[in-house]
Amino acid sequence: MTDISSAPIPSLAGRVRKVTAGVPVVGIHFFSRTPVFVLGEEALLYVRGDDEDRVAIHGGAILASASDGDRIVTGGDDGKLIVSDADGAHEVIATDDKKRWVDQVALGPDGAVAWSAGKTAHVRTGKGELRAYEAPSTVAGLCFAPKGFRVAVAHYNGVSFWFPNASAAPEKFEWKGSHLGVTISPDGKFLVTTMQESTLHGWRIADAKHMRMSGYSARVRSLSWTSDAKFLATSGSEQLILWPFDGKDGPMGRQPTLLARSEARVSVVACHPRQPVAAVGYADGAVWLVRLDDGALIEARGVDGDPVSALGWDKTGQLLAFGTEGGDAGVLTL
Amino acid sequence: MTATAAKPEKIPVTVLTGYLGAGKTTLLNRILSEPHGKKFAVIVNEFGEIGIDNELVVNADEEVFEMNNGCICCTVRGDLVRIIDGLMRRKGKFDAIIVETTGLADPAPVAQTFFMDENVGAKTKLDAVVTVADAMWLKDRLKDAPEAKNQIAFADVILLNKADLVTPAELAEVEARIRAINPYAKLHRTERAKIDIAEVLGRNAFDLDRILDIEPAFLTADNAHDHDHDHAHDHYHDHHHHHHGDGLKHYHDEDMQSVSINTDKPLNPDKFFPWVQDLVATEGKDILRCKGILSFKDDPERFVFQGVHMILDGDHQRAWKDDEKRSSRLVFIGRHLPEDKIRKGFEACIA
Repeated sequence: MTDISSAPIPSLAGRVRKVTAGVPVVGIHFFSRTPVFVLGEEALLYVRGDDEDRVAIHGGAILASASDGDRIVTGGDDGKLIVSDADGAHEVIATDDKKRWVDQVALGPDGAVAWSAGKTAHVRTGKGELRAYEAPSTVAGLCFAPKGFRVAVAHYNGVSFWFPNASAAPEKFEWKGSHLGVTISPDGKFLVTTMQESTLHGWRIADAKHMRMSGYSARVRSLSWTSDAKFLATSGSEQLILWPFDGKDGPMGRQPTLLARSEARVSVVACHPRQPVAAVGYADGAVWLVRLDDGALIEARGVDGDPVSALGWDKTGQLLAFGTEGGDAGVLTL
Repeated sequence: MTATAAKPEKIPVTVLTGYLGAGKTTLLNRILSEPHGKKFAVIVNEFGEIGIDNELVVNADEEVFEMNNGCICCTVRGDLVRIIDGLMRRKGKFDAIIVETTGLADPAPVAQTFFMDENVGAKTKLDAVVTVADAMWLKDRLKDAPEAKNQIAFADVILLNKADLVTPAELAEVEARIRAINPYAKLHRTERAKIDIAEVLGRNAFDLDRILDIEPAFLTADNAHDHDHDHAHDHYHDHHHHHHGDGLKHYHDEDMQSVSINTDKPLNPDKFFPWVQDLVATEGKDILRCKGILSFKDDPERFVFQGVHMILDGDHQRAWKDDEKRSSRLVFIGRHLPEDKIRKGFEACIA
């Protein structure tokens, strides 16, 4: 076990503004400088100055959330897709007709939103038009491409890259196995999935060339692109793993950068929106800020055994918010 | 680490299987309506019968996914991985999870999910596989439905339901058929799935600390008495039907058998582990379940293991007691098991 007292990591933990979530924190988003904690059950928790404002929106567990800074969309086990604004106003924008779980959500350009329930992926365009795509198996990951109106739909045995506004069949990126999450590099060149096995799979979109990123000790559950888009930061190991995505071949034939080694596993990662810095949350409760150039560390939350479950930065990168499975949360002003 | 929080208890998960119409839903509703004060999250299949009276019911699609490790029997229930992740957000709202499978489901992918998915295994633990069988129709299903046989072979607890609808002779006959496939499960005769829920829940059947009862129970739980196991074993692989003093018939099932091995001689761990790993690597497709308590040479502790197909899980359990006989016992339940190969291989592991 690490002897914390001898660890030479400077700490900012004393400057954290404590937030009492009380239930597992499953996501964090910001409206300007207002952090909003997505709670595992029912509510969003808005923290404004000294006020903690809990707004109940779902009739059960909140399974997924996404934000573009102007709105937060959430999917719940009540079969509802709900959009909330900075004031806490919210409305149901879709209800699954079979009351299935809405467990994937994503936000796209011009106010578009994507969500899924079971095998069906849905898109509502900014104009309010509805589109649906029936995937070959349950949708396990959704994301919009950074350019154009396309949605990547992850499922068993691959990804369907869907054009909601075109009648063309989705482009298929196939790889055997269960794909549980999906992201597209900010330059739009690479598609990456997290798999049931402790690996990532990637494709170069132009030619569907495969990339396999392995070596993890657990399933990868958290992904974040660095602000310069050169690296994909990932959880799933006892250190922060950064895969290089600069250049035309991405990580093909290259080694990842390994930083911030700990005895506990990395559970969440969130890259700083402007600087080459990542916030890294661990299964033992620690949150570290890692400078990507040299691996220098600053502690934002100490070890207490309560796994970190969510991290989020405000748009300027001055505020870092975190939350844990045990319902502890906080905001650090840098 | 002094500040470490106490490790939270894992949520127990009971898997309810049984062929169509055997009485799974009746048992489920019985469990839910008993005045036990417990709250359950219930995961039902998408074709599940309606009328489950419970606050937290989740519909599952029973998506069986192969793991990408080149092993075709390493399958998991992809929907369970997602559902359990979602349910854990409501931790505190339920004490246990019950997974009801479709009548045609193979229990193995459900069980393997708990060993193959790290997150599921960290938050929940498989408690037992409970199979409801129809006393009147099971005999026929064992002939024409491989799924029904799988469910019997895989079970930790079997409810022989609708026992009131058949004659005592028919009941004895179907019990003997069950025992030919799985002599290790706890067997209960029930009417309308009426049973003390303590017999169904909280069994810890996959808990290494609780691997104690691997003696074959040739008799039903309600009239169990001592039985000569070696003797029984001889008959067990005899194709003729025998009548013992207890009046039970012994059958040999053509497809599914169990092999049990005992020895009082200590084992050599350097031989045993490579052997058992190779055995499940080559025969794991056909080995549904295995369990063992082992005595290694110069080792003061009991070693216990259990497995599902190719997945093995084992650990030192505790020190052998002074008055305890140091013997090793292993059980394999599976399809067309190469018994001679297993026995010879095991004997070569004796120190």
